[in-house]
Amino acid sequence: MPLLSVSGLSKTFRSGGREVAALDNVSLDVFPGETLGLVGPSGSGKSTLARVIMRLVSADAGSILFDGVDLLSLEGARLRQQRKRLQMVFQDPLAAFNPRATVASALDDPLRIHRIVPAGERRRASEQLLERVGLPTEFITRSIHEISGGQRQRVAIARALATEPDLLVLDEAVSALDLTVRNRILDLLVDLQRERGLSYIFVSHDLAVVRAIAHRVAIMDRGRIAETGPTPEVVADPKSAIGRALVAAVPTLRKAG
Amino acid sequence: MLRRLFRSPEAMTGLFLLLGFAALALFAPVLFPKDPLSIAGKPLLLPFTDAALPLGTDRLGRNVLAGLVHGTRASLAVGVAAALVAILLGMLIGTLAGFAGGLADELLMRVVDAFQIVPGFLLALAFVSVFGPSLPIVVLAIALGAWTGPARLARAEVLSIRERDYVAAARVIGMHPLEIALREVLLNALPPVLAISSVIVAGAVLTEAALSFLGLGDPNIVTWGSMIAEGRTVLRSSPYLSIIPGLALVTTVLGIYLFAEGLSEAISGRKVRV
Amino acid sequence: MSEVLLRIEGLGVRYPKAQKPALSDVNLEVGRGERLAVVGESGSGKSTLALALAGLLPRGSVSGNITWPGLSAPPVAGRDIGVVFQDPGNSLNPVLRVGEQIAEVLVRHVGLSWPEAWRRAEELVGQVGLPDPARTARAFPHQLSGGQRQRIGIAEALAAGPALLIADEATSALDTIVQAEILALLDRLVRERHSTLILITHDIALASQFADRIAVFHDGRLVETGSAEAVTTRPSDAYTANLLASQIDLTTPPLIGEAL
Repeated sequence: MPLLSVSGLSKTFRSGGREVAALDNVSLDVFPGETLGLVGPSGSGKSTLARVIMRLVSADAGSILFDGVDLLSLEGARLRQQRKRLQMVFQDPLAAFNPRATVASALDDPLRIHRIVPAGERRRASEQLLERVGLPTEFITRSIHEISGGQRQRVAIARALATEPDLLVLDEAVSALDLTVRNRILDLLVDLQRERGLSYIFVSHDLAVVRAIAHRVAIMDRGRIAETGPTPEVVADPKSAIGRALVAAVPTLRKAG
Repeated sequence: MLRRLFRSPEAMTGLFLLLGFAALALFAPVLFPKDPLSIAGKPLLLPFTDAALPLGTDRLGRNVLAGLVHGTRASLAVGVAAALVAILLGMLIGTLAGFAGGLADELLMRVVDAFQIVPGFLLALAFVSVFGPSLPIVVLAIALGAWTGPARLARAEVLSIRERDYVAAARVIGMHPLEIALREVLLNALPPVLAISSVIVAGAVLTEAALSFLGLGDPNIVTWGSMIAEGRTVLRSSPYLSIIPGLALVTTVLGIYLFAEGLSEAISGRKVRV
Repeated sequence: MSEVLLRIEGLGVRYPKAQKPALSDVNLEVGRGERLAVVGESGSGKSTLALALAGLLPRGSVSGNITWPGLSAPPVAGRDIGVVFQDPGNSLNPVLRVGEQIAEVLVRHVGLSWPEAWRRAEELVGQVGLPDPARTARAFPHQLSGGQRQRIGIAEALAAGPALLIADEATSALDTIVQAEILALLDRLVRERHSTLILITHDIALASQFADRIAVFHDGRLVETGSAEAVTTRPSDAYTANLLASQIDLTTPPLIGEAL
């Protein structure tokens, strides 16, 4: 049974009299313990889809079932409570933290809000989270401004893991990072998935990175799912035009000759 | 943050000036227990001629130094109170408009427009002439002309911050909307509003002086404005009567300005670390 | 390498108040008509190099020499050097029609009259592959997509026929498909005009596809330079090797096992 089941999701943005269909009848499933890659050019609707699933943007039509619960019908306290099971990591790790935040306050928030551990143990729990994402526990006293981009993204992942979620939506979460840093974050994500059986929705415009981390891939174009399937199959033999374009656009090292 | 504040030379100079004036205001009854409106000596005594009356006397022989010190009370109290009312009212209306959006936003902002069209000083003038010159009325009158700036600024900040990723991140972790509004949005909307608070406090002090100058201040208390007005009639023969309270006014406004600048820099945390 | 266009000798850059220099002791020659990729991660100094070449750094912060044997006079930014920036949304003026911005370069640096400049601007808009040039030239930046704006950025950078075009992370804000299109366009335009291209990028695979030569920067130093093929197949520096190993493309073994 899928952990997340999206069906018939539509969303239209209106700006200045123009209507843009950001999502047009989108359906997809995410199974427990798997990574679904969501790939497409800019404006394809992949980030909107991620934000609709996170209930940050409202949908016009369709339904989202998460572990049997209709996400779109939840409001207020029940929605906030459900949120602990779905978390998100944003593209720009600096923008995703309150400018006044410290590592301690960022990690403390989810622990406090969802009463994950008693108040007196929150500090210790925050330090354990840091360890899990490969950061030294001394980082707890730093301000978010004082640490590097890669370290910030690790803190963002630690914050997302604090509530022990079942699904993590990663919206271009490694796109802004240097290559070496990016690879270490990808390794971390894979390790966490093996340990905990987490599911990921990995949103990216870079098919090569998605191929490295996603079990299945859904390719989006102009608000629709153009094709979907096991990643190796889709990459080896893309059926849609946009799929072929994405495969062709991956920069490849010039080898000898 | 406090450390940054104490390291800023502007903030420290401003704080020093303001603390000086605040101390004067606070200890005015101790320093000059007699009513500053009472006669203390010969009229129009020049400054630095009599050790008992170091800044001389005015047309009616009242102690200028005593007037100045007691005037500090009125000027600072009225200025700060008026600015506080204006900033709180502005922040409240602006934040409400920014959060509510839609029709409520439209309505509130039209009210702001209506107030902004009328020059603040005229509004204060009209208000005081209708309700009579007493301290609370003067404070309210000044605030009425000054709250629209903070309201607009707070609304713009709230509208922009609402869409930031960190607010989305706070929603994702299930933070209560009230906590998001206060901790994530409002606290980050503060620095620019605080930055203009200097202009508002300084403006309020000046408006108060102007009202008193026109005789629309509370007649039972000495203010710098009323002292300048007093000195005006003998401006040619005894300019010091206007210059001395004028200098006090300038120094206060400067102190407020310097301190607020240092404070907003310390709060926003910018301009440090290169 | 035929004729030398520019020669960098002992270039160092230190920003005021910075603890470390942004660049130190860089020595590099760029040949006329060459396509050089400058590769590095954030903080490597690669963008500082672009600013130094375009003469956009405050005078006191730069030491060493940049000489231009390939030019008869010292270069003027905009006329002899065109720069395409990462975010065309920031580098274009939002209240001017895109055609005006291109025409402005032609009026200032080429000395064309305004009607001539406008006609030429429309041509350029067509040459960078935008549809309906006459109409597109009248558009404002916000009416165009990111890829289209970057094409306008290229048209503006190339308007005065510069000897050197610097593309500073010109495609990193774009998706991979548009990135490939923009790079193909840059490649074609630079070849047609026999201009020199300096492609500044964090992506060594991209560099290897579009450059003759690659210069790798790390921590403000030039750690390695060589033909694109040599650098990518036989890197002499450990940092370059690490960068190459970090590359993920469609042949990299996936990090996960087979599907569930």
